[in-house]
Amino acid sequence: MESTFNSIIAAAAPLIIASMGETITEKSGVINLSLEGSLRLSAMTAFAVAFWVGHALAGFAVAALVGAAIAAIIAYSSIGLKLNQIAVGFVLTLLAIDLASFLGDSFVGERGPRVPPLPIPFLSDIPFFGKVLFDQNLVVYFSFFTIAATWFWFYRTRPGLNLQGIGERPAAAFARGINVNKLRFWYTVLGGAMVGIAGASYSLDVKLGWRETLTLNLGWIALAMVIFGGWHPLRVALGAYMFGALQVLAFQLQDVFPGVSQVLPVAPFPLMILALVFVYSDWFSKLGDKFPRMRNLLGSEAPAGLGQVFERE
Amino acid sequence: MTQSLKVTSTLVAVGAALAVGILLLLAVGAPPLEALWLLVVGSVGSASKLAITLLAWSPLILAAAGLVVTFAAGLWNIGVEGQLIMGAIAASWVARSVSGPVWVVVPLTIIAGALGGGAWALLAGVLKTHGHVHEIFGGLGLDFVAAGLATYLVIGPWKRAGVASTSGTDIFREEAWMPTFEAFGVSWPVIPVALGIASVVFVWLLLRGTLFGLKLKAVGSNTYSSYIRGIPTNRYLLGAFAIGGALAGVAGSVQATAFHHKLVPAISGGYGFLAILVVLLAGFSAVAIAPIAFFFVAISVGSTQLDLRLGVDSAFGGVLQGVIVLFVLLAGGWAAKHASNTLTPRKEP
Repeated sequence: MESTFNSIIAAAAPLIIASMGETITEKSGVINLSLEGSLRLSAMTAFAVAFWVGHALAGFAVAALVGAAIAAIIAYSSIGLKLNQIAVGFVLTLLAIDLASFLGDSFVGERGPRVPPLPIPFLSDIPFFGKVLFDQNLVVYFSFFTIAATWFWFYRTRPGLNLQGIGERPAAAFARGINVNKLRFWYTVLGGAMVGIAGASYSLDVKLGWRETLTLNLGWIALAMVIFGGWHPLRVALGAYMFGALQVLAFQLQDVFPGVSQVLPVAPFPLMILALVFVYSDWFSKLGDKFPRMRNLLGSEAPAGLGQVFERE
Repeated sequence: MTQSLKVTSTLVAVGAALAVGILLLLAVGAPPLEALWLLVVGSVGSASKLAITLLAWSPLILAAAGLVVTFAAGLWNIGVEGQLIMGAIAASWVARSVSGPVWVVVPLTIIAGALGGGAWALLAGVLKTHGHVHEIFGGLGLDFVAAGLATYLVIGPWKRAGVASTSGTDIFREEAWMPTFEAFGVSWPVIPVALGIASVVFVWLLLRGTLFGLKLKAVGSNTYSSYIRGIPTNRYLLGAFAIGGALAGVAGSVQATAFHHKLVPAISGGYGFLAILVVLLAGFSAVAIAPIAFFFVAISVGSTQLDLRLGVDSAFGGVLQGVIVLFVLLAGGWAAKHASNTLTPRKEP
């Protein structure tokens, strides 16, 4: 039981990091659609660099740069050139996927360094929770940090309020003296760097090694997670953990029902559609009216300025 | 915007994309000029290569023509890949179960493909209009479901006698093969090419010359005000999905009955997603997709030669296509910005 929960928390870590990154990006009003491509290209470069240097940390650093660079292209093309974010994001998705296959061809099947386990002294001795939460590695601890930090930043700090402002009412934020486009650019780059770190954690931690099917199309799931989570970091995290639980459960069911392994790669996607239908259903939207204090958590509305170019008059 | 600025910037973008391609080839230790020459020779270098390229051009242009319709309605039909696969599955079902003369079976496979793709697109459409699920996620989810269904059929119910392998079903009976035209010792794919050209003409006429097309474009440019003006917007959106999906489905039936002659898991050939790149590069114009799709499919077909001759991963073709579209989009944005800067006096803050 302990080990099942331990592996759920570990399996969800990359998805958590990627979807937190995307939550930050979208909260500022920019859609980075390239997640699937960003994840793959950063997973590939992380593996290649860690393989050459012989240390996983170098791989994570370069992967963050790759994710940030892709995000910077999207941010610049939207803010500087007023291009459609979806169009550029989609092109970058396909481009990064093919680039990862092309450049990573020679690394398939190689063995590289991995992230070492790092149980936290004393905390990991707590019964049950110690084993589940604190007998993990740095990637998993970083995933905890991203949830807490994103929530705190959004709802408990002044810059976080500004971040919500540029996503919801860019014109009003601008009138209050906030440089909307500059902030949007850097939040997009930050979110992209987090996606890059998530990519690296696939090839250096969760799965080890590089192959084209490594990320299991979870980049798309991370994008859907942000919608399912209503752009609220805690609900996004809840969705990612539920998804991690299903993954681990399905993996364990494989021994009981051999047919499951063929359904496994496809199953997330009908589930994703149903989850989105659920959060947009009348029943769920009324839930928010019943518990007004939890409106932030239960709301499903996208930031009002999402995907729109902001131009000052 | 000045036309010459746009043309110049596009040419510069394509040149820069080629330069990036050459650098990437150098990075993996392949001779770049030989590789680029192989792309040309491998796609249009001989009559038989040209026939292969034309056969690949047809599904791409069909899918792209369908996307022009959905884009006109303001829809991001990422589900095109799944619609293509469902068209191929439906066509395969007819090819496997209906026997008769070729002029009966082949039209039936085409109709089945259109119905399969159209129905799959309508599902994404209903999810959008009635379930509020954005078509990007509804369509993408259905893409993976369709791909899973194709794999399941190939290794499950439709597996070859005795062996379940992902290499595909049994070859269809020949009366379900799209007939070809023999000339110069090569089988020319006249029916797929005719379907491709017909789809471009159909979409051009639909958007240029009909009331439906006019209203569809109105819905696409401003759904809310069209609704206020009394256009039943949901019906138009679903109509666009159905037409786009049906054309993608016909593309799938071409893949199944003219190219593979069986159902394989990777039946789509990635032409759905590639078609999105084609339409973006064509600036959503029905006429421009024909030459651009030919250029792109030549890169795809030619890049298989790179793998065979030089050991370069065939993903190079996709990289080159992606870089070209990205650079042309960026150059277009730059040109528009530059043009507006020179036309209107710059306001100092």
